[in-house]
Order: sequence, then C-alpha cells, then structure tokens
Amino acid sequence: MATAEEVAKAAERRDVRDRWLLSAPALLVILFAATGPLLIVLVYSFLTPGAYGDVKWQFSSDAWTSVFLERDIFDDTLSLAAAHVTIVWRSIKLAVVTTLATLALGFPTAYFMATRSEKTRDLWLFLITIPFWTNLLIRTFAVLQIIRNEGIVNTILLKLGIVSAPVQILYTDTAILIGMAYVYLPLMVLPIYASMEKLDFRLVEAGYDLYATRFKVLRKIIFPLVKPGVIAGSILVFIPALGAYVTPSVLGGGKNMMLSNLIELQFGQGRNWPLGSALSITVMIIVMVALLAYVRNAGKSGVRHG
Amino acid sequence: MASNFSIKHQPGFTAIAATCFIVLYLPIFVLVIYAFNAASSTSEWGGFSLKWFQSAYQNTQVIDATLRSFQIGSIAAVLSTIFATMAALATTRTASYPGLTFKYAAINQPLMVPEIVTGVALLIFFSRIKIFTGYSGIGYLVAAHTAFCIPFAYLPIRARLENMDLTLERAAADLYATPWKTFRRITLPLLWPGILAGLMLAFVISLDDVVITEFVKSGGQDTLPTYMLGQIRRGITPEINAISTAFLLLSVAIVTLFFFVSRKRD
Repeated sequence: MATAEEVAKAAERRDVRDRWLLSAPALLVILFAATGPLLIVLVYSFLTPGAYGDVKWQFSSDAWTSVFLERDIFDDTLSLAAAHVTIVWRSIKLAVVTTLATLALGFPTAYFMATRSEKTRDLWLFLITIPFWTNLLIRTFAVLQIIRNEGIVNTILLKLGIVSAPVQILYTDTAILIGMAYVYLPLMVLPIYASMEKLDFRLVEAGYDLYATRFKVLRKIIFPLVKPGVIAGSILVFIPALGAYVTPSVLGGGKNMMLSNLIELQFGQGRNWPLGSALSITVMIIVMVALLAYVRNAGKSGVRHG
Repeated sequence: MASNFSIKHQPGFTAIAATCFIVLYLPIFVLVIYAFNAASSTSEWGGFSLKWFQSAYQNTQVIDATLRSFQIGSIAAVLSTIFATMAALATTRTASYPGLTFKYAAINQPLMVPEIVTGVALLIFFSRIKIFTGYSGIGYLVAAHTAFCIPFAYLPIRARLENMDLTLERAAADLYATPWKTFRRITLPLLWPGILAGLMLAFVISLDDVVITEFVKSGGQDTLPTYMLGQIRRGITPEINAISTAFLLLSVAIVTLFFFVSRKRD
C-alpha cells in the first residue's frame, strides 16, 4: 500500500509531467524557428565564406577580425575597418538619441495621460495604442511623405520664406532619427504610463506641503517612483532602435546604413555570411549588455512604491 | 497658495503631450488624405478620387500579397494562440517547479532578440532545410510567424489566467467533473476573452512583420508589407497610400476590437 505521502508525490510528479507536455508545442516551435537557429549563426560566424554565399565548413576567425579590423591587401597589416566602425557607432548613437528623444517627449505625455480622470484615461490610452499597432512600415512611409523635399515640412518652410530651397532631410541621419523617434514613441509612453498610473499623489502633495518647488517634486518624488517604467521604456525603445532595419532602409536611402542594413548587405550582395553572422552576434551582445544593465537597475529600484 | 493650484500640474507637460498626439497622428492623416488624391504625383493635390484604391484592387500582385498575408496570419495566429494557451495553462496558478523559469525565458525569447538577427538566423537555417528537403512553400513563413507570435498571444492569456482563481475548477472537481469537462465547461469559458485578445494580437503581429518575412521568403512569396517595402524603395506612388490606408483601417478595426475584448472584465 502506498502511503498518503507517496500518493501526493506521485500526483505532483504527474502534474509537472502534464505541464511539460502542455508547454511542449510552444517550446518546440520556438526552439525550431527562433532560438535554435541563433546557435547556427554563432557557428557560421567561425566559418569561411563560400564563393556564392553560404559557407565552406572550414574554421576561420576572419569574420570576427573583420567586424572591426581590415587586412591590407598588400602588406597584410591590420587596421581599423573605418566603414564598420562608422556604422556601429552610428547605430549606437542613433539608438541612444532616439531613446533620449522618446523619453523627453514620452515622459510628459505619460504624465499627462496618468493625471486625467479615470474615464478619459482609457481614451488617451486607446489613442496611443492605435499608432502602436499600426504597421511600422506604414508609419515610416508616412514620415517619409512629411519630410521629403516636396513634403509638407518643406512646403511650409518655403511658403513662410524661412528657406529659399527645400531642406534635404530625407536620406540623412536626421531622417532616420525622426523616423525612429516617431515609430518607437508609443513603446516609451506605455510602460511609463503603467508606472505613472500607480503613482500615489499623496506623496506629491506631501512634497508641496514641505515647500518643494514643482521641479523639485518632479525630480525628487515623481521621477524616482516611476523609474522602473522609464527604464523599461528605454529598453523597449533601445533594442529595436539598435536593430532597426525598415526605418533606416526607407529613410536613410541605403547610404546611411545601420547595423541591420550592413548585416543584410553581407547576406545579399556582399556574400560574406560569416561576417554577417559575426555582426548579428555583435548586435546580440550589445542588446544583452543593455538587458543586463536593465535587470540590475530594475532590481535596485523596484518595490519602493508607497 | 493660489486657489487653482493643482498638485497634478507640471508646467509644459500638457503642451508636450498635445504635441505628441498631434505628431503621432499628423503623418498618418496626411498619408490617408493623399490616398484620395486624383493627381498621379504625390506632391500636388488634384482633387478627390478613389482611383488609387481601384488601381490597387486591380493589381494582381497586391491582391496576391494580401491573400498570402491573411493566409499566413490566420494560420500562425491560430497555431500560436493554441500553443500559447497550452503553455499559459502549464505555467500559471502553480507552485514553482523545475523548468518553470526556463519556460518563461524560452517563451519570451523571440521578444529579446532584434528581428534582424532572428531573420538572418532563419535565413541560414531554412535555406539548409530547403536543400535537404526540396520543400520551398510558405511553411517556413508560417513556422517563423507562429514562433514570434507565441509570446504576444501568451501575454493576455497568461494575464487573464492569473486573475482567475481556482475555486470554480476545484468546485467542479468536487462535484465529480472529469478534468476535461472542468476545462471545457469552466476554465475555457472564463479564459475566452484572454484567448480572443491573444488571437487578435498574434494576427496583427503577423500581419505587421516585415523584417523576418523579408529574410525567410522565397521568390514570389511576398506578403503585403514586403511588397510595399519593395515598392517604396522603387519610388512612391499614390497607390501605396491607398494600400496603406486600407491596411491602416484594418489594423484600427482589430485594435478597437482588441481594446474592448481585453477590457471586458467580469
């Protein structure tokens, strides 16, 4: 006869087994069509490029060397690969500036939304959600039409006589920045709003009672309390901005490449799959560093909500 | 202090918020207006016309790409929602067990990796499989879409489950309902709004994808977004505005529906 304890243990084991069976399809699909292939990218980054794309199964660390360095074809000396360094630097710079720009615009917006009455809050949330779920390509295309030489920005500037010839915004880094800030803005607003909604305004009131200025209340009370949302929003904007493909390829016009366009080039015309793979892993490493910083920060600034 | 002093007010914030909302909607608004432009140039206004919608409708490539988008989107949405529902049932309302953290990490993994990296990874992996099996249909696109839709479908379903307590299910079990009957008669009806929200989210996510599709598709397998990307690179025509407008309307309809379904609390 089994004791009650044994019966309970068996039931628990059965429960865990059933839970594995239930989650198996999701895990298998993700393993097969998302996570697993990433390992292949890692392997490919250590192989030799094939003549017509793909790879030769021969170990080589060339791809990794050429992420940042290039070998002189005459004397075999290594020097900094200027083109790659420029592109990596541009990607990081644009991703950081996009994050800051969306924060500067998104924080007051989230604050505005969170301080509305309960009923209208839903409406504002809905209004921010619509662009969020509208196709990113369509939104990028919308920006393209606004900032191109014949677009309304230039038309207005010309009509007002501020400029005598259209300002070339399209196909510059500024165009990519405007486009990315535009498409990723809701990603910044939503998590800050989520934090802000829980904000206890009695603390703000206490601050005023103690003669704090508006700015001081903002800096010393509101900002620290919604910091988790700010960090989450920054991560949500930074990661896709760093790996952005659509926005730079539409608004940068192929000249102002970012990392993803460089990666695409290696898999297309460049026919250097190992280099493309090494660059992909480089993007992943930057993302992981950002995520780790996020996890550490979120751990520090959690559970302080009144 | 002044009588109109509001503790919630911060100087300039309302103005910035207003700017944000205007900026978010203005480009979309302009895009929609120019879809109804009779002129064939996108820089001048030639009167109101529906001709670009008509021309998009008669463009077999557009229709083809739209149908393919819907086909992939619906299969991927249904599959990912079923899998996500099962996974959510397996990972909520339970004490921690070995592998639970691993499951969370695995299910959310597609969200952590930039799309370009997943796209490249699938390009390499699927091109290998293509050589081995000779199969080059849309199965690869369906598999890829299902994978990255799972975390999105999982989110609302899990949220719904976590807010449901086990009382009713326990009561059903006490009344000798079989586990399957309990699931079908109690759990599923209560979970339904979450599942519906997950399904819609997954469908929109699949419909929106450009990057992964661009890398995974074989020749002649354009979806609506990849077709549009190709056209925009070639130069802009009002037809793209018309397609975008139609697409936009569809997204707005789904989001509106999603908003009401996921807000429904009982």
